Amino acid sequence: MIEEKEARKISDAILKRCMGNPAEITIMSNDAALTRFANNIIHQNVAERDAEVTLRYFIGKQIGTASTNRLDEAGLDKLVERAKTNAKTSPEDPNYPGLPEPETYQHVTAWDQHTAEFSPEKRARAVGAVCQIALEKGLNASGALSTGSGGLVVANTEGVFTYHTQTNADFQTVVMSNDSSGRAQESAWKVDDLAVEALGKEAIETAQRGHNPVKIDPGEYTVILEHYVTEDLISSLNFYGMGAQALQEGRSWMNDRLGQQLMSPLVSIWDDGSDVLGSPLPFDFEGVPKQRVDIVKKGVVMGPVYDRYTGAKMGKPSTGHATPINFRGFGPLAMNLFMAPGEVGVEDMIASTKKGLYINRFWYTRLVHPRDCVMTGMTRDGVFMIEDGEVAYPVKNLRYTMPYVQVLANVDAVGKASHLLVGDFGGIGVRVPALKVRGFNFTGSTV
Amino acid sequence: MHALDQAQSRGAQYADVRVVNNRTESISVKDGIVEELSSSETEGVGVRVLVNGSWGFASSRNLTTDEIDHITSQAMDIAHASGLVSGEKVDLGPKVTSQGTYQTPLKIDPFSVPLEDKLALLLKADAEMGKVQGVRTRQAHATVIKEHKQFANTEGAFTEQTIFETGGGIQATAVGGSEIQVRSYPNAFARQQVTGGWEAMLSWDLPGNGQRVASEAVALLTADPCPSNITTSLILGGSQLALQVHESCGHPTELDRVYGSEAAYAGTSFLTTEKLGTFHYGSPVVNLTADSVRPLGLGTFGWDDEGVPAQSSPLVKDGLFVGYLMSRETAAKLGRFSNGCMRASGWNRIPIIRMVNVSLEPGTWKFDDLIADTDDGIYMESNRSWSIDDKRYNFQFGTEVGYEIKHGKMGRLLRNCTYTGITPEFWNSCDAVCNADHWVMWGTPNCGKGQPSQVAHTGHGAAPARFRNVKVGVLK
Repeated sequence: MIEEKEARKISDAILKRCMGNPAEITIMSNDAALTRFANNIIHQNVAERDAEVTLRYFIGKQIGTASTNRLDEAGLDKLVERAKTNAKTSPEDPNYPGLPEPETYQHVTAWDQHTAEFSPEKRARAVGAVCQIALEKGLNASGALSTGSGGLVVANTEGVFTYHTQTNADFQTVVMSNDSSGRAQESAWKVDDLAVEALGKEAIETAQRGHNPVKIDPGEYTVILEHYVTEDLISSLNFYGMGAQALQEGRSWMNDRLGQQLMSPLVSIWDDGSDVLGSPLPFDFEGVPKQRVDIVKKGVVMGPVYDRYTGAKMGKPSTGHATPINFRGFGPLAMNLFMAPGEVGVEDMIASTKKGLYINRFWYTRLVHPRDCVMTGMTRDGVFMIEDGEVAYPVKNLRYTMPYVQVLANVDAVGKASHLLVGDFGGIGVRVPALKVRGFNFTGSTV
Repeated sequence: MHALDQAQSRGAQYADVRVVNNRTESISVKDGIVEELSSSETEGVGVRVLVNGSWGFASSRNLTTDEIDHITSQAMDIAHASGLVSGEKVDLGPKVTSQGTYQTPLKIDPFSVPLEDKLALLLKADAEMGKVQGVRTRQAHATVIKEHKQFANTEGAFTEQTIFETGGGIQATAVGGSEIQVRSYPNAFARQQVTGGWEAMLSWDLPGNGQRVASEAVALLTADPCPSNITTSLILGGSQLALQVHESCGHPTELDRVYGSEAAYAGTSFLTTEKLGTFHYGSPVVNLTADSVRPLGLGTFGWDDEGVPAQSSPLVKDGLFVGYLMSRETAAKLGRFSNGCMRASGWNRIPIIRMVNVSLEPGTWKFDDLIADTDDGIYMESNRSWSIDDKRYNFQFGTEVGYEIKHGKMGRLLRNCTYTGITPEFWNSCDAVCNADHWVMWGTPNCGKGQPSQVAHTGHGAAPARFRNVKVGVLK
């Protein structure tokens, strides 16, 4: 990982090469390791060390971008030359709002030296414990334990220099028998906050309860959705409509609904880059401090997150949600999302259900139609029929096609515990509870 | 070679090393404004070692001798840790000693084309879309890639290859009331991609298709919805069929999935090994091939990332399931030889089994004859959404556009088209595949798999084909 002193040296070297032209630099560095297991053995075990510099070079409102992980003199020369050439070639962008000036941002501690130095042997012993329990139960465990550290620097010719480092850890496992499976996952910035063995046991117990699943008719059911499902709901709503660009292009589920009661009053969703209960990042990829943004408050649509570009178009300030430059086409995104927990345990949700389905996880979810964020996907790794307040029997996997807006409108209860999950895309953190939802429609089932 | 010597001297029974340099240039135009004009370069080295039958891998952007020593040592330590939770010792089968160089055949080096010319092409296509009233968002995009890769292993292999890719496309989005409709060209999500030079981009004639694409997006706003929850004959256009092949044939024939290596992430496969040579995957008109030699395919190269030479092998022959996509390790386990499907997305990733070019071989039908032969059905084209279960059985796809077929003629335009099915039932319902005149090598440059995640670029040749008794129109 690149330390602050070295980062300043690199950014100064690049800005010097820009000869006083407006410019913006981001430096992303990471040391990452991941131990992967399947069939109760470690089969893939990897580490990487990388650092990438991205330069935006401005000639008036002409913008050129280049990036490289070659940080030697020749590499930086080429970086500046390419960004400059691209800027000269590019026509002016009349909407470009200019570079931000320095602002004070809240430093956030999300660094744990123990996590940064976690060895392959420690990872092996942690996953080995889960494999051993699965083996003893006659089950097949797969999954991955990852640990690492990363840093982000944003600097520009207006004097912005922001620096943040973070450690990260994630454990996920799928445990299978011949006819059932279970899954558990948790993310944290301290590896010791991951209860690896307990998560393994959670997946094992789900797999053990799932033997001899019954094929049921698709149709409408009340569902108890584990927090793994809630993560998919919130992340999908983020990708397809929490950013101002989607709103400006008329393809967000928020369009024409700002200020309206669109979801259950039990639903509140916000983004807070400084909250260490998530995956914090106190500033965005333009170096703008992140604001806490209410996206849905007690079911009412409050508004999207902005970067400088989309904010300027609507006369709004940036909320600090610019994405990395190579993802700028997506527009701004929420990066550290929270859904408010409720007061009910999952057991109570089950106990209060006359007939319904408990669902551990959604899988391969994809957008079918953007307006209401209509998504299709499958259940996976644990579906159970609930009858008269008790888990009755396991069920074969089902396909659904549902507007996620409607799913959150139909929330009857919210779990009291929330869990952090960090997705593959851009390290976006989502801390979410379980949900009880009425009227969830399934359209098919699998073999 | 230094890394290999180090690994062997420290007790590795096998090691390989890849040094990769990747240059990518991306240009995006949105509504007449240049949204992105970027050049990126990434390079680094990855060392993979096998120690006492267990794997370790480490990688770095830094190509100095000291750093290569460091990552080799790190890979060895990791392999020793893997040995703490190990099973059967890895068997790689016969040695691989490939030698040689390879470069993608091309006419116009995409990096030699002036940026101004590339930009002008996209702005012209954007302007053509802009001539159509009612389009909300217009996008035009180009990506060119040059990847130089050196591979060596402790068995004596040394290969060097340079792969060029060219990709791009256009997309128009129309919004009316609560309806949002998209049309793309030449492929869904405005991204057809091939191995080859800038000549591919010119052949697609993006400006010449701009107005048509934009007009179709606008027309879709007021088109009738796809009939709901009916069973009918379905004819899929080539690009949609390419994705159908990718998801329901390519992925389930990956032998690492079958052996459970991807169980926790990408999933497993219904095509278990006892089905090999006995299972009727599709009807007799269904022939599927894996190759890494066909022109333009994103899976076309000289050698895979284990040094196994490019080749062609059948997966499904006359409907019968006969082959897998394999690595050295999984092939040895099955008693076969690798057919060269190990690919890493970059220097910082291990090779895993990936699709090369997985294609549906052409049939005998002319497209017009196929429509004329269909009394009642729907034609669907250009993917809009895709989803399939973890064993690759139950799928649901949505397309940008559909047309009703009545009495052998294409009729009214249909919006929000979807279809769903179970993989072997679906392929066994295939009764007609169009001929080589309609066959195109499509590119899928966004295939995700592996942990840490890897994005692979895969090729899929396909011509339109007909499927009987398919459930369509599932939107809610």
